[in-house]
Amino acid sequence: MVGGTMTLFLLICAAISLFWTPGSAYDIVIANRFLPPSTDHWLGTDQFGRDIASMLMTGTQNSIVVAVVAVSIGLFIGVSLGLLAAARRGWTEEIIMRLSDFSFAFPAILSAIMLTAILGPGGVNSILAIGLYNIPVFARLTRGSANAIWTREYVMAARASGKGRLRITFEHILPNILSIIIVQATILFAIAILAEAALSYLGLGTQPPEPSWGRMLNEAQTLMFLDPMQAIYPGLAIAIAVFGLNLLGDGLRDVLDPRLSRKR
Amino acid sequence: MTLLSVEDLTVTLATNDGSARAVRDLSFTLEKGETLGIVGESGCGKSMAALALMGLLPSMSETTGRINLDGKNLLEKTEAEMCRIRGNRMAMIFQEPMTSLNPVHTIGHQIMEPLRLHKGLSDDDAHKETIRLLDRVGIPNPKSRVDNYPHQLSGGQRQRVMIAIALSCKPHILIADEPTTALDVTIQDQILDLIQTLVREDGMALILISHDLGVISENTGKILVMYGGAAVETGRTDRIFEELVHPYTQGLFAAMPRLGRARTKRLVTIPGTVPDLISLPAGCTFTDRCPLATEICRKTPPPVIEVKGQHFVTCHHVEEARARKTEELFS
Repeated sequence: MVGGTMTLFLLICAAISLFWTPGSAYDIVIANRFLPPSTDHWLGTDQFGRDIASMLMTGTQNSIVVAVVAVSIGLFIGVSLGLLAAARRGWTEEIIMRLSDFSFAFPAILSAIMLTAILGPGGVNSILAIGLYNIPVFARLTRGSANAIWTREYVMAARASGKGRLRITFEHILPNILSIIIVQATILFAIAILAEAALSYLGLGTQPPEPSWGRMLNEAQTLMFLDPMQAIYPGLAIAIAVFGLNLLGDGLRDVLDPRLSRKR
Repeated sequence: MTLLSVEDLTVTLATNDGSARAVRDLSFTLEKGETLGIVGESGCGKSMAALALMGLLPSMSETTGRINLDGKNLLEKTEAEMCRIRGNRMAMIFQEPMTSLNPVHTIGHQIMEPLRLHKGLSDDDAHKETIRLLDRVGIPNPKSRVDNYPHQLSGGQRQRVMIAIALSCKPHILIADEPTTALDVTIQDQILDLIQTLVREDGMALILISHDLGVISENTGKILVMYGGAAVETGRTDRIFEELVHPYTQGLFAAMPRLGRARTKRLVTIPGTVPDLISLPAGCTFTDRCPLATEICRKTPPPVIEVKGQHFVTCHHVEEARARKTEELFS
């Protein structure tokens, strides 16, 4: 519930920022720099006179887009690979799983930095890098849960009634592991937001003048003693997003998987 | 032409400890409308033989011999060809009705699937046929039951749904692998009667697998007693129950609890357990548990001997076994 409300709050912020922000997130008005919070500038302005509240809202939009696309990439490719591995077994499974083991050997952020270093910094490339990291996570999870379903008796019964592996995969395997995948997706969504912020902080993600939580943190860092609130706002935004999505994931699991919730 | 003829069917499973021969040189034939009972204790290869017939064995197994359905060897078919045979020409009912239905789909959906798949029925026709099938297997209110999920049905009703799925495409052969083992006794009879009636009405051939000699004797025309992966006694049901010959069959019979027997008397058991399929003895596999075993049993595989018309026993000591009264051997 709490997680859902927090996530909903972020979504609304992002949606509103599409057509209205309290101030401008882009216009540089040097005369207005370092203004304290007021009715004109809810959270004050930064060193270039940009409205911090507007930047945060537009940044939400940015974070959500990156996370949605990155998680979708991982979801579709990863789940397909996982289902394929479980359906075919044998060498197909071996190759897919060894490849995902291989990519797990590198820490996520490190491999994302490596990728953006190769592809060049930028919003799209950071999406690709995060999405690529998500693929093996989904592939592993899907294969593991799909393998468990493949041994169920109703799958044997389905095979005995003449259904092929592809048909069984979509009719019996996928619906039974969907809840696990959805929960994992919400948690990876939080991780993706965090990763985007980290990449932007390092200057490898979203490029100026697009506002981004990570880059706001980076810029605020140099002004830490001058105006500490500038670092606190985007930090708070990231914390809310990650915390909210994690709570949402937990909540969804309780709803979708009654076996786990009873244990609490 | 013979509907199904199985010749020297051998199933070898690759395990961590070596290869296990789960089924050895199994041969039998099945005509249209005939009923065959396969009986034996757990681990004797009954279910493995059934899965081999359907081509559903795990990938780390090897099947040799011939399984001829209408003269065509199923072991040479591709997976896609087998998919068209399964559920359509040959169908199977499993032991566990509680877990043999997918919990996320309605039972109607699950019965309709093979109809659409094999018969190419439209959604409407499949829906009508599903209601008819549910009615036929004795589910009350089939029209509203169609939209139920498996958890809303009792075990007996689920097994009825499984039967409806198996019979949906009017297969020529129905394989029932311990269809009533997981059900309570009062339901058992109903389900077996239902299978009997439907099989007779459609002129199907039935392979009934069970560890229960009582179930087999009431429901089949032919029997195949399996031990350690091989057939030890085969023949017509009435002949075999006239005279149980193989010591193992006699043991199975003696181990059945019966009404009216003195309460103080202990139930007969066959000593020991099934042989390790990985390192089978050179001779008869029943040697270690057989009261009649001699040196020759240990060393040479037993011959197949015809006792009376079409009643075959695989044993070295058929005469000694026939000389004993049933239940005398293991008491």
